[in-house]
Amino acid sequence: MSDTHQKEIDQLSGVETTGHEWDGLKELNNPLPKWWLYLFYATIAWAVVYWVLYPSWPLISSYTTGVLGSSQRAEAIAAYEAGVAGRSEFADKIVAASLDEISSDQELRQFAMANGQAAFGDNCAPCHGTGGTGFIGYPNLQDDTWIWGGTMDAIQTTLLYGIRSDYDDTRFGDMPAFGADEILSDEEIDQVANFVASKAGLETDDGVDLAAGETLYIDNCAACHGDALEGIQELGGPSLVSANYLYGKSLDAIKTQIHNPKNGVMPGWVDRLDPATIKSLTVYVHSFGGGQ
Amino acid sequence: MISLEEGFFAFFLIVLAFACLIVAGKTFDQVMAFHAGLGALIAAVSAFVIFKNYFNDGGIAIPQEIGGKPNYNMGPVKFGAVAAMFWGIAGFLVGLIIASQLAWPALNFDLPWTNFGRLRPLHTSAVIFAFGGNVLLATSMYVVQRTSRARMPGRLLPWFVIIGYNVFIVIAGTGYLLGATQGKEYAEPEWYADLWLTIVWVAYLLLFMGTLWKRKEPHIYVANWFYLAFIVTIAMLHITNNLTIPVSIYSTQSVIVWSGVQDAMVQWWYGHNAVGFFLTAGFLAIMYYFVPKRADRPVYSYRLSIVHFWALIFIYIWAGPHHLHYTALPQWASTLGATFSIILWMPSWGGMINGLMTLSGAWDKLRTDPVLRMMVVSVAFYGMSTFEGPLMSLRSVNSLSHYTDWTIGHVHSGALGWVGYISFGALYCLIPWLWNKKGLYSLKLVNWHFWLSTLGIVLYITAMWVSGIMQGLMWRAYDSLGFLEYSFIETVEAMYPFYVIRALGGALFVIGSLIMAYNLWMTVRHGEAEEAEPVTSGSLAAAE
Repeated sequence: MSDTHQKEIDQLSGVETTGHEWDGLKELNNPLPKWWLYLFYATIAWAVVYWVLYPSWPLISSYTTGVLGSSQRAEAIAAYEAGVAGRSEFADKIVAASLDEISSDQELRQFAMANGQAAFGDNCAPCHGTGGTGFIGYPNLQDDTWIWGGTMDAIQTTLLYGIRSDYDDTRFGDMPAFGADEILSDEEIDQVANFVASKAGLETDDGVDLAAGETLYIDNCAACHGDALEGIQELGGPSLVSANYLYGKSLDAIKTQIHNPKNGVMPGWVDRLDPATIKSLTVYVHSFGGGQ
Repeated sequence: MISLEEGFFAFFLIVLAFACLIVAGKTFDQVMAFHAGLGALIAAVSAFVIFKNYFNDGGIAIPQEIGGKPNYNMGPVKFGAVAAMFWGIAGFLVGLIIASQLAWPALNFDLPWTNFGRLRPLHTSAVIFAFGGNVLLATSMYVVQRTSRARMPGRLLPWFVIIGYNVFIVIAGTGYLLGATQGKEYAEPEWYADLWLTIVWVAYLLLFMGTLWKRKEPHIYVANWFYLAFIVTIAMLHITNNLTIPVSIYSTQSVIVWSGVQDAMVQWWYGHNAVGFFLTAGFLAIMYYFVPKRADRPVYSYRLSIVHFWALIFIYIWAGPHHLHYTALPQWASTLGATFSIILWMPSWGGMINGLMTLSGAWDKLRTDPVLRMMVVSVAFYGMSTFEGPLMSLRSVNSLSHYTDWTIGHVHSGALGWVGYISFGALYCLIPWLWNKKGLYSLKLVNWHFWLSTLGIVLYITAMWVSGIMQGLMWRAYDSLGFLEYSFIETVEAMYPFYVIRALGGALFVIGSLIMAYNLWMTVRHGEAEEAEPVTSGSLAAAE
């Protein structure tokens, strides 16, 4: 039907149609817009230039390498090495210096703080929070309560080998599950928990035998937490009279912890971060304010 | 005598129902049990409907023409149009939910089914494949019949295509919510859903080519070239990217045959060309029919349509590697992808020029016709995102934009602006035509839809540009001593206000689509009837 159509001139544009018609739709016979065609050619020319300069076309078992000899892989390695080299002047000094020397030298300290902040944000903040203020189960690094010690040496050891990690040198303390393993009865757990709560300045349950609780404490807990509940850092036994409890400071939380304790894990970083970064992190964490 | 087609479909569906029943009974995989059970039910009901219709009308042949005019089959088109509106609203809503989850993570509700990880593919599949797919199916069936002056072949085949496709959507969507995914972006459905889609898609190809074969016009209209390119290429992409080996016929899980960087390359060859052939070629076909039709003007340039069609088809297919810059992909592949993306710029713009210039002489209609305005703005968004795309494909730009919200903004300027608006425009045209109405219930409501959603799109993409570029710059910021300035979590915190603005933009877009649904509903229910040229729907009225 359309073949018999005569080509006609569109009234509005004065352009001839192709003479075809579908469901009332026609087409004008306009030429390709010049600017469109030349831009199309220009992009093709640009691509050809690019192919000459850079690796681009596959061959049977290799590829065209391009006259510039560009290698993305080599550039990435070079950029990485340039970054490391830029920091190496200070980084080498950090590795050579003792923690106290870093802390007292203004330039080194400034570098360590910058390095520490960057490393902390990407490695430590997920558990300890961006400001190091921690969460329930993840220690606050700003307060002055330290489970494994808050001196720079102690912090560095914790950073290197972690807590209950896979390293032989890891910090290791294992609180028994007094309730779950039936070492103590429920009544005894109530007594010892109330005794601890009374010493920690918490409210206690009515009618619980605190004296019995004290005896139970001396027999079962004092070896790690100390006779005066002051904690023993060498064993990782937290102080029970401090303001900060890792798993929450309340009578219920104490009972839960005695019944079936959480023994949290921190990874060791000795194989993940370079020595300068570990030292920098030590100085950075120590500077939070709680350092001893 | 029952026809060969009816016999074939009835046999196929009965066998399928039994196969599904066996799988449902023997599997230990609860998702598989659910899907196989659903498949058995749908197949059995469909077979029953085939027999019921046969006994109702005794298998009378449907006339190809009535009174010298083609007896178009518009039932499946209506089904697709309604399904598109339904899935569209569902998909936009899920998008709004996940946008809100990014601003306020508590909205994950700590439930597996409502987690961002499951809702995100639900959103992308719902808007691309459920909404976009139904728009493409419905419009292609409409356009190919009208421009060929021929009824679609087969009595059941068109229904099998449109219902079968929607069954795929339901299986894919419920699968995501229940945790069945093969983890390939935009190709998440598991092996059995992929297999079903393959069958439906081949049927769709046969249906489309069959209609072209029957055409009464000597030439094939340009929209049909684009539809055919879309159907053929999607078949090729879908099959290649989903070559998996099921762990067992009773399991939802499967293993892909590609490995390592080859798998990544196949995935992004698929992913990029899903954009190229599903979201570009398919919707350009819609543009080529509905814009000249609505504007009542001839297409601007026949020659441009030929040149940009073939250029688009041949160049798009090479551009995929630009999704994998600075990865394990060899540099040469990455360069090739980037350069072809640049060459693709003008072929993409050919569609924009042909769309916009078709309006020459009819620009005044934009003032009075909000539907045409929507389609023209759509073409403008198309032009913008097909300029932004090649720009982002360059390695130097990509090193800043990749993995940031800029990509999300880019996708949505194309998705909300181009695909969304051209689909809305097509549906606003199609619904009155299909239901023989003089026009839409209210052009004023179309205006509201247009302005609300345009504001929504602008809020969305500007928020994502700002947050994306900020993200990229924060990630690469070094202090004077050579250390990263920001930790990752700080860059996440900085995104918050932009995520709120984005969610607000999304909410406006959802509100617009609800106004549209109401308007279309009122058009069908209360619109003034058109007298001339009834569009007959013909067969299988019961299945509508």
